Amino acid sequence: MTRNLVVIGAGMASGRALEHLTDTAPDDWSITLFNAEPRGNYNRIMLSPVLSGEKSYAEIVTHDDGWYEERGIACRFGEKVQRIDRDRKVVVGEHGEVPYDKLILATGSSPFIIPCPGHDLPGVIAYRDLDDTNAMIEASGMQGAKAVVIGGGLLGLEAAAGLRLRGMEVTVLHLAGHLMERQLDEAAGYLLQKDLESRGITVRTGASTKEIVGEDRVEAVRLEDGTELPADLVVMAVGIRPAVQLAKESGLATGKGIHVDDAMITSDEDILAVGECIEHRGAIFGLVAPLYDQAKVAAQTLIGEAAEFRQKQLSTKLKVTGVDLFSAGDFADGEGREDIVYRDPARGVYKRLVIEDDRLIGAVMYGDTADGNWFFGLIKDGEDVSEMRETLIFGPAYQGGGATADPLAAVAALPADAEICGCNGVCKGRIVEAIEGGATSLADVKATTKASASCGTCTGLVEQVLAATLGDDFAMPTAQPICGCTELTHEDVRRLIKARELKSQPAVWQELGWSTPNGCHVCRPAVNFYLLADWPLEYADDPQSRFVNERKHANIQKDGTFSVVPRMWGGITTPQELRAIADAAEKYDVPTVKVTGGQRIDLLGVKGEDLPKIWGDLNAAGLVSGHAYSKGLRTVKTCVGTDHCRFGTQDSTGLGVKLEKRLWGSWTPHKVKMAVSGCPRNCAEATCKDVGIVCVDSGFEIGVGGAAGMDVKEVEPLVKVATEDEAIEWTVAFVQLYREHGKYLDRPYKWLAKVGLPWVQETLGDAETRAALVARFDLSQSVYQKDPWAEHATPEAERTFAPLADLTLEAAE
Amino acid sequence: MSWIDLGAIDDVPERGARIVRTRAGCVALFRTGPEEVFAASNTCPHKGGPLSEGIVHGRKVTCPLHNWVFDLETGEAEGADDGRIATYPVRLEGGRILIDGDALAVGRAA
Repeated sequence: MTRNLVVIGAGMASGRALEHLTDTAPDDWSITLFNAEPRGNYNRIMLSPVLSGEKSYAEIVTHDDGWYEERGIACRFGEKVQRIDRDRKVVVGEHGEVPYDKLILATGSSPFIIPCPGHDLPGVIAYRDLDDTNAMIEASGMQGAKAVVIGGGLLGLEAAAGLRLRGMEVTVLHLAGHLMERQLDEAAGYLLQKDLESRGITVRTGASTKEIVGEDRVEAVRLEDGTELPADLVVMAVGIRPAVQLAKESGLATGKGIHVDDAMITSDEDILAVGECIEHRGAIFGLVAPLYDQAKVAAQTLIGEAAEFRQKQLSTKLKVTGVDLFSAGDFADGEGREDIVYRDPARGVYKRLVIEDDRLIGAVMYGDTADGNWFFGLIKDGEDVSEMRETLIFGPAYQGGGATADPLAAVAALPADAEICGCNGVCKGRIVEAIEGGATSLADVKATTKASASCGTCTGLVEQVLAATLGDDFAMPTAQPICGCTELTHEDVRRLIKARELKSQPAVWQELGWSTPNGCHVCRPAVNFYLLADWPLEYADDPQSRFVNERKHANIQKDGTFSVVPRMWGGITTPQELRAIADAAEKYDVPTVKVTGGQRIDLLGVKGEDLPKIWGDLNAAGLVSGHAYSKGLRTVKTCVGTDHCRFGTQDSTGLGVKLEKRLWGSWTPHKVKMAVSGCPRNCAEATCKDVGIVCVDSGFEIGVGGAAGMDVKEVEPLVKVATEDEAIEWTVAFVQLYREHGKYLDRPYKWLAKVGLPWVQETLGDAETRAALVARFDLSQSVYQKDPWAEHATPEAERTFAPLADLTLEAAE
Repeated sequence: MSWIDLGAIDDVPERGARIVRTRAGCVALFRTGPEEVFAASNTCPHKGGPLSEGIVHGRKVTCPLHNWVFDLETGEAEGADDGRIATYPVRLEGGRILIDGDALAVGRAA
């Protein structure tokens, strides 16, 4: 018989509990899920990459609408629970009651706000959920905005690093003498502070906040010592408190958190609780690994299996790109404790192991954390390390006579109960089981075991287990590097260029460890594009990193001659332009004159050295480069619209011309073709373009992601807008989003297949984001929207297109 | 050897190339570094692509037509492709590029 389960709070703990429950007993429960946030479960530990811009919200959603629908879970998102009537066994929401047989409380935690004067001013926020993250992203959009982050723990530092990456001036205030004092010792805290300062973050330790100053919103933070720090944004990240109010009001036993027993049951046997809201044997929880354990126990309890939650050792990593930090166990000084310390100042590496009674009890590592999981394993197992004490600090590679120096062999040698995925508590044996059960890829293992499904730092380890178990049947790196010069993928490089503010090709080669002196024909054009798209003002385009067509501003033909295509805005031309084209064709002996599919004229067979001259002639008649050779805007094809056509609903030609004038000259990951049709009869074939606009009586239907090349694809509807200005704004914003996120040589439809149309719609749907994208596009255009023909139709440029010397003129010897 | 002055090194962009017309066909000058220039046939043995229009990387050039990669020190095609381009001695003197006229005369750059 189906019983009613109500869950209050859609966070990581309850989400995991629902997964277990619906996987094992899909038909036993009729489930209702309340969430105060107007959305479902997403991976909160990945909010930091969202803040820094390295990931998008869509990428961290763990349960989308479809997931809830498949499992028949009734979602009451954005609805607060008012009270629990335990006598009648109903949950009272804002929009009505829901009866329960069993209830799970997963109300999470609230940020602790220092009750100093001014703490409630607008501009003071915590860092707990997507709304906070978005508020921070928004604040960082102001030119020269300053942020003060109060709290130098995990969350505070991730917030600070993210805000800094978004261009804010950031100061971190920390009460203790060094950063992350609960996870790091002083030396590692120092290295971390140095690292953050080198990224332009100011760190003040021993800083006590007295008040937050401001009239209508925050203006500054005043410290106990009188220092005043100007601030447009204050982020409070000083700790969390279990959210117990609802439980307390319902008469459940609470202390720091909601009291639960080992089976996750509260003082009411029909009510369970999991996650950050609970108190178990005096402890409260903030990291994800124990939450997942609790979720599993809660699900088992509901199913009727006996299960007990046990507190375990925890390890910590900071999710700041480029900062490698690991800590586990206990590393306070103490009698009978010995330290093993290893320092390499040049590399910024610090490792410290704490040993007590021949057992490893704590480890702190900074700069090189590759062996972190191995040390963590030793701590958890309490293994006797006296035999390997001499070489312990050098990690597993140095144990057992170097037999395990190969990382694959090291993984193969791990026992079945060695933990691979700390977040989800998945040990090696479970992964091997999954592989023996048919899993052959990282995705399979992720789907069946959850290993590497949360923070992802163990991805490499999981792949090594796959390789060790499957042998040759497993192709090791699933992500393709750009080329032989680097191990990194296009996505990695794009992310790192932004995150580490790499603004030149040598910086990319050096900082990202290119194995060649200056790249190759595959990576150079890609890196050149990423740099110019991300840093339009700082980076100067490198012609030598461009494929010949973009360097010569003409398409090379198979015989080494070139084709020349002047722009015809929206496919409109004049007798005078046609005359100039005809004259040029005759003057330079152009063998073939062809009308293209993009509504313009192609002059094929022009000799390389004649290019500047023919451009000069065409320029003189007002014609500019059509960029028929570029990874950029090609054409905007149009029909005649209301000007002439009896069916036309809008001025499609006019809109096409406006779009082309706005977008020409911009570089994109691959070519971009557009069209505007004046009515749904679609004479301009807009529905197979990268961006295609179909005019209707009530406005403009914008479709994106069409193709008519090796793949044929119809556009997907992006949005319908009422005015021409909106159509232009959406188109420009779409192109800029593609410029900022697309992989080099992915047409928009391929990019869309990766990021998903809903993400694009959601991103562009926000008016401010859209406006910011348009502003960034226009900024780039201020540099790049210039006619390459005009630039090169000069005597100096002409010289560079000609041979350096002509030895045929010299007398033969 | 008879060295012929072809022009200033700064007339060839770094990681770029220029061509020289000779009686034996076009020769490309590849500038692989601030003070490093190689001379080789401009014509790819595969389908005749103009190598001077290719991307120059390390001491190599990639043909713009079908991505054959040539080692400029030896003229050999890399990887699975089988072919070779003629190379010619060049030297730098006071910022000028000089090519060995004797080698050009016997060379068969197409």
